[in-house]
Amino acid sequence: MAEATLSVRSRTSDPLPGFRLALFSTLLWVGLIVVLPLTALIVRPWQEGLGAMTMALHDGRMFAALRVSFFTAFIAALINVPVGLLLTWTLVRVQLPGRRIVDALIDLPFAIPTAVTGITLATLYGPQGWLGKPLAHLGISIAYSTAGIVVALMFVGLPFIVRSVEPVLRGLPPEQEEAAGLLGASSWQTVWRVVLPSLLPATVSGFGLAFARGIGEYGSVIFIAGNQPFRTEIAPLLVVVRLQEFDYAGATSIAFILLVASMLCLAGVAMLRRRVARGLITGVN
Amino acid sequence: MSALTRWSLVVATWLIVAVVLILPPLLVLSEALRDGLPTALQSLADPDAISAIRLTVEMTVLSVVINTVFGVLAAWLISKYRFPLRGVLVALIEIPISVSPVVAGLVWLLLFGSQGWWGAALDHYNIHIAFAPAGILLATLFVTFPYVTRTILPLMEQQGRDAEDAATLLGASFWQILWRVTLPDARWALLSGILLTTARAMGEFGAVSVVSGHIPGMTETMPLHIETLYNGYQSVAAFSMAALLAIMAMTTVGFRAFFENRARRAALAGDAGS
Repeated sequence: MAEATLSVRSRTSDPLPGFRLALFSTLLWVGLIVVLPLTALIVRPWQEGLGAMTMALHDGRMFAALRVSFFTAFIAALINVPVGLLLTWTLVRVQLPGRRIVDALIDLPFAIPTAVTGITLATLYGPQGWLGKPLAHLGISIAYSTAGIVVALMFVGLPFIVRSVEPVLRGLPPEQEEAAGLLGASSWQTVWRVVLPSLLPATVSGFGLAFARGIGEYGSVIFIAGNQPFRTEIAPLLVVVRLQEFDYAGATSIAFILLVASMLCLAGVAMLRRRVARGLITGVN
Repeated sequence: MSALTRWSLVVATWLIVAVVLILPPLLVLSEALRDGLPTALQSLADPDAISAIRLTVEMTVLSVVINTVFGVLAAWLISKYRFPLRGVLVALIEIPISVSPVVAGLVWLLLFGSQGWWGAALDHYNIHIAFAPAGILLATLFVTFPYVTRTILPLMEQQGRDAEDAATLLGASFWQILWRVTLPDARWALLSGILLTTARAMGEFGAVSVVSGHIPGMTETMPLHIETLYNGYQSVAAFSMAALLAIMAMTTVGFRAFFENRARRAALAGDAGS
């Protein structure tokens, strides 16, 4: 503390003007918009006493909702890995007709507001929808089931995988693959043994970003999910339900778990990226 | 790569792109125009629709201005000075990105809701934040918090502070340095950050949904009004509003891509010049 005060005081002798103004405005902004509300989120569950906490921890519906959210986010991110790798590969390494269009379209899920995504996917995969109707003939129903949640989360998460892997693949020298070919490796061996290992860290970090986004996602999911408690009710929706019941303790405990989970995820991704940057993980030049 | 492999990759890619990325926007347009363009436009002229559009524009402008001004000052602070707990400050600014939209709304109810810390007290003075535009603004500010700082910070750190120190020696004031020395170099990045904030602010649904109270004509933004219309089986009106919002957001993001290209070229030219 003493050191901090000292350092701030000595900082005022920094000839570059504006330190105090920038410091105070930033502390005000971060304090009011980020620190204050998050403090409420962290303090509030304990304020209601241990009774409310234990009650929240015995809430079967909450665990069911968390399970649905984590499971669907995981499956969606997992399916997005091969799909995303395929798209990235063609985008970077194949002379793709309409490459610029595909490149621009990849970012579409980032650009479309989640409520628009939500009603669009619900209609598209609904029983009367362009895709839902033919799929229903095949006996596959997607809307209002777990599969619907996965479809929505896949749409939202796809750009994360592609945009994580793309710069790394661009940076890989094609000579490496040519050398593997010259040494007698088949193209499958080259892909499995040479290319994919180099892309692994970027793929994992794209997976982590998509997963973190998926567990908290709300707008694009609730229209297609069906929202049946214990079956297709996602955790963020249960937060809203608890709030409507004026159960602030219940809502806050779910919110707290969601916050910790996604922060752990993103911290993991950040750590992975730092290690790759420092060359601790091999395979990326 | 054999011709067969190459063509199967091309076909597979376009198939995925068509089903996953092209069908959804086509569906929005087709549903909006199902009864013709006049009906679609008429549904946007409904008083509740107009009120939603106006509220969205107001909230977007306010959050963009506030988060840009403070975001630039924060980036200046972090990039030009060394001080204790600097890393903690950077981490705090990044936090809102990892927070679920619903949680970003909930935190404001914990402070200003009827059962929140200060909700009842403020009600006493007739100040309403939860279920009022003020709450919507706070939720939007939280959700779009890091984007400006995040976009300009790497550039400003890379710039160092030699030019700023020289300007100080020549007697320039803080605002002169910021306005004439630092920001001109960072202008494309700044613009890109502002546009990203704009797109996120106008499209925010979860956070705003929690604090808004969903009062049509009063506290409904465009995304919330889309939900109300859709749940009320007013499909054409819902998709017309969705089309308008999607076009607004995609135009903003499109401009951003354009300016980012400019920024990249400017950076390359700068490297070549130095």
